[in-house]
Formats: sequence, C-alpha cells, structure tokens
Amino acid sequence: MPLTPVLTKRFGTDQPWKIENYERLDGYTGLRKALGMPPDDLIALVKDSNLRGRGGAGFPAGMKWQFIPQGDGKPHYVVVNADEGEPGTCRDLPLMMNDPHSMIEGIIIACYAVRAEWAFVYIRGEAVHAIRRVTAAVEEARAKGYLGSDILGSGFNCDITIHNGAGAYICGEETALLDSLEGKRGQPRLKPPFPATNGLYDAPTVVNNVGTLASVPYIVLGGADWFKEMGPAGSPGPCVYSLSGRVQNPGQYEAPMGSTLRELLELAGGMSRGKDLKFWTPGGSSTPMFSAKHLDVALDFDSAVAAGSMNGTSALMIFDQDDCVVRAVKKWCDFYLHESCGKCTPCREGTYWYVGIYQRLEAGGGTIEDIATLLDLSDNILGRSFCALGDGAVSPVTSSIQLFREEYLAHVEGDGCPFPGARALVGAH
Amino acid sequence: MTLPTNSDAGRENFRTSVIQLDRPGDPSVFGEQTRAEAAQIIARYPAGQSRSALLPLLHLVQSEQGYVTSDGIAFCADILDITKAQVSAVVTFYTMYKRSPTGEYLVSVCTNTLCGMLGGDDIFAALGQTLGVGDNQTTEDGTITLEHAECLAACDYAPIVTVNYEFFDNQTVASAHKLVNALRGGERPMPTRGAPLCSFKQIERQIAGFHTAETLAPDANTSGVPTEIGVHLAVERGESAPSYAVERTDARTAEASAARAASQPTSAHDAPLETSASDEQHPQDSGGAAEPEPGKGT
Repeated sequence: MPLTPVLTKRFGTDQPWKIENYERLDGYTGLRKALGMPPDDLIALVKDSNLRGRGGAGFPAGMKWQFIPQGDGKPHYVVVNADEGEPGTCRDLPLMMNDPHSMIEGIIIACYAVRAEWAFVYIRGEAVHAIRRVTAAVEEARAKGYLGSDILGSGFNCDITIHNGAGAYICGEETALLDSLEGKRGQPRLKPPFPATNGLYDAPTVVNNVGTLASVPYIVLGGADWFKEMGPAGSPGPCVYSLSGRVQNPGQYEAPMGSTLRELLELAGGMSRGKDLKFWTPGGSSTPMFSAKHLDVALDFDSAVAAGSMNGTSALMIFDQDDCVVRAVKKWCDFYLHESCGKCTPCREGTYWYVGIYQRLEAGGGTIEDIATLLDLSDNILGRSFCALGDGAVSPVTSSIQLFREEYLAHVEGDGCPFPGARALVGAH
Repeated sequence: MTLPTNSDAGRENFRTSVIQLDRPGDPSVFGEQTRAEAAQIIARYPAGQSRSALLPLLHLVQSEQGYVTSDGIAFCADILDITKAQVSAVVTFYTMYKRSPTGEYLVSVCTNTLCGMLGGDDIFAALGQTLGVGDNQTTEDGTITLEHAECLAACDYAPIVTVNYEFFDNQTVASAHKLVNALRGGERPMPTRGAPLCSFKQIERQIAGFHTAETLAPDANTSGVPTEIGVHLAVERGESAPSYAVERTDARTAEASAARAASQPTSAHDAPLETSASDEQHPQDSGGAAEPEPGKGT
C-alpha cells in the first residue's frame, strides 16, 4: 500500500495556505476548468467518481448535489460542515490550516454545480486558528476574483460567509448544524424532508464535509477514473487516516481507501510503548471498536461495515494492553451524555444511565446484572433515537462488551477497575 | 478529580444548564459601536435572516463583558427583535457561552477518552489542585478559568491543553503547571501552534468574526510534525498518488461520461429529480467548451 497524498500533498511546503503558493501548485485550475463546463456535467463527474462523503456517513457527494431541485426559483445554498469534533477526528482542522484554498475552490465549484451563489462554512467555535486561516483565505480569494461577482469572467456569482459555532458536538449532524446556523439551539430536524429540498432557510441545501469539498478540484482536474485508481470501486479515492494514541508516530497518513491498520501501523512506526495492540476505533468513537483480530480489515466504507463497524471519519484511536477498555468507554459515555441535545428520550436518558453504570463498574459496586442492563439500554437507544448521536453512543458500549466481556467481569469481581492508573484516579475522588 | 455521579453529572449539560437572570437586563449597556458591529454581523447573512447572527452576536457581547450577562441577552433580543427567552435558550445550549465571569485565560484540558488516558485526566486533576478550582471555576485573582473540554480535534497532538482556544500540544502535568504558572505570573507563553495569546475577551471578538491584519497574520506557525508526517514519509519512500494531466483528463471525463450514459444503474435513492437536468438527461457532451449558464436551471 503506497501513500497517496492528494488532500495533504501541499502540507509541509512553503506556506501552502497563501494563495500565491496554492496557485503555483495547480490551485484554482480546477475552478477554471469547471467554469467552462455545464453545471450538470460537474454533477455527473462527481457522481462518476463515486466520491463518498468524508464526514462519516459516506453518502455519495454527487447524489447529494443531484438531489438539489433545479429551476425551482428558490435560492440554493452550500453549507460546509467544518464542525469537526468526533472524538479521534483531527483531519479537517489541519486541512483548513494548511490548505484552506482547496476547500474554498471545492466550495465554489460545488456552488456552480448546484447553482448556489452563497455558501456558509460552519467552523466550530473553538477552532480559532482555522477560523482565522479560512477567513484570510476567503479574503485572498475574493481579492483575486475567485469569489464575488462574475467570477473569472464567467458571469457566475458566489460568496462565502464564515459562521463560527459555539461548542456543541451535535452541530456536526447536518440538520442540527442548519438549525444552529439559523441562530437556534442545535437540535436535529426530522427527516424527511432532507436538506436537499428543505435545508437552510427552508431552501435546497447541500451540506458537505471539508474533505469532501476539498477533493472536488482534484476530481475536476484528474477525472473520475483517476480518482477511482485509488481504493476499491465502491469506496474510491484517497483517505486521510488520522492515527492517534499508543502509536509511535501519530499523525495524518493519506493512503488509498481500503488500507488496513496493519499497514498504517507500520507506517506510523508501530505501537508507542512496546505493548500489544488491544482496541482501536476505525472511524471515531461512534464507530464500533475493533481489536487485534481486525488488523487486516480493509478500512473503506463498505469493508468496515462488513466487518461490523464503520469507516466513519477514518480516525484511528489506538489503545494498548495497559489501557482499560471499561474506563475508555466510560469516558466516551461521559462525552455522549454531555453532548446529547436532549431532544429525544432514548439518547437523553440512555446516555445518562450509561454513565451511572460505568461509574459503578469503575469505582466499585458494579454487578453482573449491570452488563445485561447496558446491553438492554443499548437496544433501547440504537435505532430509536432521533439522530445518529444516540446510535454513536451505543457503538463503544456494545462493541466493547462483545470483544472484552471478561474485562467487564473483572471489574465486577474485583469491585472496581483492576488497572493501576484508573484506580489511582478513582481513589483521588 | 471529581468523578461524575448520577445526581451531579460533574459538568453542565442540558440537565444542569440553567441561567440565573437576577434582573431583566439592560441593552443600553452596549454602546453605539457595539450596535454598529451587530449590524455588521447581521449583514453577513441574507436579508430577512437576521436571526442567523445570534451565535456571533453572543460571542460579541461576551467579548465585551467576559460572559453572557442579562444585559447581553437583552441586547441580542433587542437587536434581533426576538424574545429574551429565545436568546436564553440558545445561550444555555452551547458550551462556549459562559454564564459567570471568565478569567483572562480560559484553560481547557481535553479529558475525552484519548487525551484523558494519555495524561489529560492527570493534568486536569493537577491543575485543579494547584489553582484551587473545579471545572468551570475561576481563580480568585480572576486570571484563570479552568474547564475540561471535549475532543478538540487535535488527537495526534494528545494530550491537548488550550488557552483561550490556542493549542498547547503534547502536554504533561509538569508542562501544564509551567504554563499556568507563567500565565499567573503575567507572561504569555507562545502556543505550540497558532497565534500569540490574547485575553479571553479578545479571542471572543475574533470568534465573533472581527479580525485585524495582525490577528490574520498569515505566517503564524500553525503546523507540526504529526500534521505533515504522512506527506514527508511519502516523499521519503518515493510514493505519490497517481498523476494526471489536464489534457488527458478532458478525454477521460468524456469517456467516463459516455460509459455512464451507456449503462447507468439507478437505485431508489438515485432517481433524478424531475426538475434536474443532471446526469442521464443532460443534453451536452462533457468536457466541451460550452458557455456556462450560471444560476440558470435547465
């Protein structure tokens, strides 16, 4: 498996975020080409490429674009989901920091394709560094005539508003993001109708992830077949794998979709403290965890599902033998409880009871029935919550019980966490 | 470190997120300049959609007062012509809106699973002890507010601490102690990545979308080893993505287009909309030099 930097290819070059440097490295040539094509051909091209959304769900981007009704007399919007916050996920912020213009170029092309003149970049509020960088890049692009009216003499008008969030993981869910962008609490909307017809301000809206849009200029330049040279046919293209945790050299590794942890771990210099791999997430905390048994699972949207998890945001959090899986899951449950928006009962109450039970298991006082209760709770959240946050909360719980039941039992039998580090923390309580 | 219990989840969420409004709030506390800036924020959004300005407006009032007060709520309600209840509902939903005076520096320690287990939990506990504050509390001298944060999207630099949202990467208990001691001593250590530190109020102004040439300084150091490691390794190993030539791609696009036209399986999700001329029904060859018809539905 070779490394195939595309989205990350300018990283480490001389100030790649500056527009002059971006232009020197093919920047905005994709836009020039796109503006010479009929918009429908661009939609067809992105569909042909089978570019699947990099935000986690893997929905084909070209289809999202195609769903936008044309000739409906309504304004259309493109909204960029830059609310990166899925635990383990750390690739959109570096992309916006290092190569903001690739995203901006993708946004303009997307706007042209779906016939939108206004795009919004919803950046999480804590990401001030990315906010500054993207703001500066948008100003540069405007000054060079890539944004504004009559872009490059094409007659096409387009501009970008940067909208900064205020700290809510749920706003990464696309309809919650739209509500938040409308100045409300970020709670998900009932679907259907989908944003493609009733999105921002009830108008047809494309919501795409940063990496999805940043891929578009390359697809315009390279073509759909070039894109499909990388990765499996059902899930093609390069994938930015973010390795973190107990690994020698954590960071961003861009390789074809379908790479395996074994291959990636080799690139990253192996485990960090000479311990064996124990559990890891293929795509953030909301994707069921894997163990050492899954080292050779191809990490693409379809293969990861076939193996019982999801590719998600290709965020590989890696843990070793000395890490307590119950403690890890407890902490994720704390997170989901904190971030549950409270709109629906299964998620709101389920995450609350998860935390109570994990508290007992870790601190002492857990019972054998607690494990069954966790699974029963999970049954009542999965598929019954309003949006995917509830489903995500279930993933670490059920997958860890499935893979590491004996460790749960050890917590019950030992009346608390058997790992020295965790016990020290519990003792500090 | 205080572990959450069922009766007190240890941190704010929708269950505990209430707002104390001791008085109705006075919008006139904010002057003409703030009103002018509020108008600038509203102008970022389409006409008739002023409510979209609420999130940045709340950052703006917070940048003046250090937290969202009754006055800030009244001001936003007044500017947007919505009720104070509507504003309060939004304030209580988002973590970044503070409801008590915030220190000059907001020190956030990521205690989500990855950072937490790599040392973030120890750092949070140690800082709490040193500063004598718990989560979301401010030191008596008003210098530091300590909070624990959820995933800050920098896991490859774990454990992460931020000061006014600027990154201090790969922290340890010792380095975090050094950091807060410097802050309390009036110093402003340089973040590992990002811009030089400013005050909490000043950073809130940036988050409200008000920048200066200085804050946008394009040369600020913002990258690091983990960010670039994959691309450097690719160079070292002589590996790259397949190359493409622009001339070739025109032909290839046309080929792909033709192949698609010849056999295009469609699923239920895939059905072209009646009103869209995209895909199968599009009349023109791709890759041609046809004049685009911007904004015009076909």
